[in-house]
Amino acid sequence: MHAFDLVSPTTLEDALTALAEEEAQPLAGGQTLIPTLKSRLAAPSKLVSLRAIRDLQGLRVTDDLLCIGAMTTHATVAAQARDIYPALADMAANIGDPAVRNRGTIGGSLANNDPSACYPSAVLASGATIITPQRSIAADEFFQGMFFTDLEEDEIITEVRFPIPVSASYQKFWQPASRFALTGVFVARFADAVRVAVTGASEAGVFRWQDAEAALADEFSPNSVEALARPSEDMIADLHGSGSYRAHLTQVLTARAVAAQLP
Amino acid sequence: MQKITMTVNGRSVTADVEGRTLLVDYLRETLNLTGTHVGCDTSQCGACTVHVDGMAIKSCTMFVGELDGAEVRTIEDMENKDGSLSALQKAFQDHHGLQCGYCTPGMIMSLSALLRHTPKPTEAQIRHHLEGNICRCTGYANIVKAALAASGQMPSADAFAQ
Repeated sequence: MHAFDLVSPTTLEDALTALAEEEAQPLAGGQTLIPTLKSRLAAPSKLVSLRAIRDLQGLRVTDDLLCIGAMTTHATVAAQARDIYPALADMAANIGDPAVRNRGTIGGSLANNDPSACYPSAVLASGATIITPQRSIAADEFFQGMFFTDLEEDEIITEVRFPIPVSASYQKFWQPASRFALTGVFVARFADAVRVAVTGASEAGVFRWQDAEAALADEFSPNSVEALARPSEDMIADLHGSGSYRAHLTQVLTARAVAAQLP
Repeated sequence: MQKITMTVNGRSVTADVEGRTLLVDYLRETLNLTGTHVGCDTSQCGACTVHVDGMAIKSCTMFVGELDGAEVRTIEDMENKDGSLSALQKAFQDHHGLQCGYCTPGMIMSLSALLRHTPKPTEAQIRHHLEGNICRCTGYANIVKAALAASGQMPSADAFAQ
């Protein structure tokens, strides 16, 4: 690692002041950023740890929304969202491994937007809103492609607000070495719509499978998914699986996520 | 440089550290607590697992600079007060839960965190919990057996058929 200064402000205001400096970078749980620093793929002159800012921690429910502070760890979401939004708790409980879940955060995961991360699919399928000190960003606008989001330079996530669906399910096909999703599908069923978000599969990062959404709005059953043509987005092809394999996984996992929500 | 004060194995420690100083390097090189190992240095293998404020974390993926006021516990503090092995450590010995022993400190730290929250874990829970701890010797069977034994559960013979 190249040398840098590490500061741990306790208020959001101090953090934003520190981040305004040139080459300053926010540090959330560090589970991606620290390995990146070690391989010298990032070399900030200052790291601003957000851990000590209490306002960025924890869950609350308000106006039928589940609001999660950006620095809330996966372990906390897994434990505390269980009764409010069980599918989200299940998803968080299966990210990485226990030690990673004790450190990794929702804000860090979303800002990084790894194409195989689990959280982006939950946020997109839920139609959640990403809150920053400057504005609110709809999930449909937030994810802009692999490792790329709508966040401006120096803009950080403070909270994520989830509408709570009638039912939902996340189905993940593990890449067993990395524990990331080789492909993962989050299906959220609302009173007036069904949203299907797919991670790990597309070169464009997380995406909504709109054909499946329309078919499931018509009839919420695995048969509706199985009758569809597989998604034709530009699929990731690597040593773990071809593009057509991931397209197939998308269809199978979507059907499973629907079946899991039926009595 | 940054000055931080934390507790390590019950002892107050004041450290002057660079921003980039990793917890594992500080434990091993400054405090000479070399029981915490570095396997992969990329947060995959879990050999560096320690407890911070009671939670298992990978000390190769955490900066000391973030630990002001924290409580850190390492493998050196896991034995009983009289110096004998803890029940979990003894179970590893009794059930041959280690061969080369390199991953063992991390295994003990991970499993002790599990047993604190889940005193009687199932085999499936143990295996799920150990996803972040890699062992290249044992094939895990005897590690799982040791965890079951340490939680007072006699493993059945066919549980390990595979």
